[in-house]
Amino acid sequence: MTEKKEVRLAGFGGQGIILSGHILGQAASLFDGKNAVFTQSYGPEARGGSCSADVVVADVPIYYPKVGLPDVLVVMSQGAWGTYGGSMRPGGILIMDEDLVTIDREPEGVTVFRVPSTRIAEEMGRRIVANIVMLGALAALGGVVEYDSLKQSVLKSIPPGTEELNISAFDKGYQYGAELKARMAS
Amino acid sequence: MAHKDILTGEHFIHGDAACAEGGLAAGCRFFAGYPITPATEVAERMARRLPEVGGVYIQMEDEIASMAAILGASWGGVKSMTSTSGPGFSLMMENIGLGMMTETPCVVVNIQRGGPSTGLPTLVGQADIMQARWGSHGDYGCIALAPSSPQECFDLTVHAFNLSEIYRQPVFVMADEVVGHMTEKVVIPPRRELTVVERTYPNMPKNDYFPFESTGSLPAPMATAGQGYNVHVTGLTHDERGYPVITDIVQERNVRHIVDKIRKNAEKIIRVEAIGLTDAEVVLTAYGCTARVARQAFENLRDRGHKVGFLRLITVWPFPSNLIRELAPRVRAFVVPEINYGQVAYEVERTAQGKAEVMLMALMGGSIHTPEEIEDAVGEYL
Repeated sequence: MTEKKEVRLAGFGGQGIILSGHILGQAASLFDGKNAVFTQSYGPEARGGSCSADVVVADVPIYYPKVGLPDVLVVMSQGAWGTYGGSMRPGGILIMDEDLVTIDREPEGVTVFRVPSTRIAEEMGRRIVANIVMLGALAALGGVVEYDSLKQSVLKSIPPGTEELNISAFDKGYQYGAELKARMAS
Repeated sequence: MAHKDILTGEHFIHGDAACAEGGLAAGCRFFAGYPITPATEVAERMARRLPEVGGVYIQMEDEIASMAAILGASWGGVKSMTSTSGPGFSLMMENIGLGMMTETPCVVVNIQRGGPSTGLPTLVGQADIMQARWGSHGDYGCIALAPSSPQECFDLTVHAFNLSEIYRQPVFVMADEVVGHMTEKVVIPPRRELTVVERTYPNMPKNDYFPFESTGSLPAPMATAGQGYNVHVTGLTHDERGYPVITDIVQERNVRHIVDKIRKNAEKIIRVEAIGLTDAEVVLTAYGCTARVARQAFENLRDRGHKVGFLRLITVWPFPSNLIRELAPRVRAFVVPEINYGQVAYEVERTAQGKAEVMLMALMGGSIHTPEEIEDAVGEYL
């Protein structure tokens, strides 16, 4: 059985969305031994505009490089929800930053996980790692790449001297995600 | 420092970065350029990497100067390269002609975006394909390679350098925004597994050396400034020594030489990826990012039992005319998706000589086709 997963990470410029996409794709490609394509879209603004990072992960060769309907959608801003919220694969997973995104109605047939990634990062005193917290949650909830692969990929992608901060953020996100999943299952 | 030029191993990098690494692995040690979306990352990578390997990066005042600088560097004995996108490619045209006329090896990477003019700076296009072939005035042969993945951005940039040394002329890597900005695994092989063509220098006595002589269908070895040979380099019509001779007779020899060295070696230069052509009723013909979409459509159609072929142009120029000519009488149609209003499709039509239908699937730029659109188009002939 061949498996292909399409993941879209969306938010506003400056949140580290594009870096997160790179880390996710790299985890699948270099550490999980799968095929992965990472593409991105953003406007001309350096910060503030809506942006998205699309990652396709598969055991088979990936020809068409773009994400059509994501199996996993991670949303970190209200604007991104407006732009990308409408398209998801039925049976998919929606992970949202619960403090930054409010939705009127949960999309049908989609599992919704609410993760306060920015708040967790702020509690650590470093809002900048909200994207890494979210990647940790994605490792627990998304079922796209292995925990260890994603962690290794985070370590490969961050500036020297920030390992402790980032790994701590990653693990806090993972823990939150794992507990959330257990809570929702019971 | 030398070990840093070939980063053997697996990397998760985008096509732009892979073009830069391909250049470095091929021995490029001089890059002159001017930043332009979506090719800026090629220059950025070169700016960081060239000093690590003892090379020179220079940001020029514009693309006209960039092209002039890499020609000069090449005559100074260094493999050289620039990168740009549509508007910059337009500015380079005059000096690309100078490179063709002076038979100067170098590589120009064009990460195509939507045009004309400023067009779509951040979004994809494939509308510079004919410009690569015919953009500079006068007649010359053209070699243009179209990568479909970051891996091919690496591989084909190395190959472009090799071809530029063999045929002594500027060679184009015609990528596009989607491939340039797409990130995938790129495997850089060990040094011993890389084919790198080094420049052939003359070793004959001074008086026997003719830098612009045609040896068989290939150009003469290239002396560089300071090597001791008398070399005169001019954009004027010139004799074998490189001296201007403004006559129809010398023009005839000069132009035939720079066109024929490609024309007569076309079959050696042409590369395609061909799948399922033996029993194909319809052939999908594509290149660059569009070839990936076409390949997906091909797989889906084959899964449903349809007799479809897939022909990916790796060299867009020289064009695989003989292959199209041979296929045309035994297929119903060629379906040609491309992100322009008809460029390669016209070349397919010309070489198919009316023996098969040719359907252009044109997109003006800014997005790529979907596999479903291509499947529907093929369906019209099944």
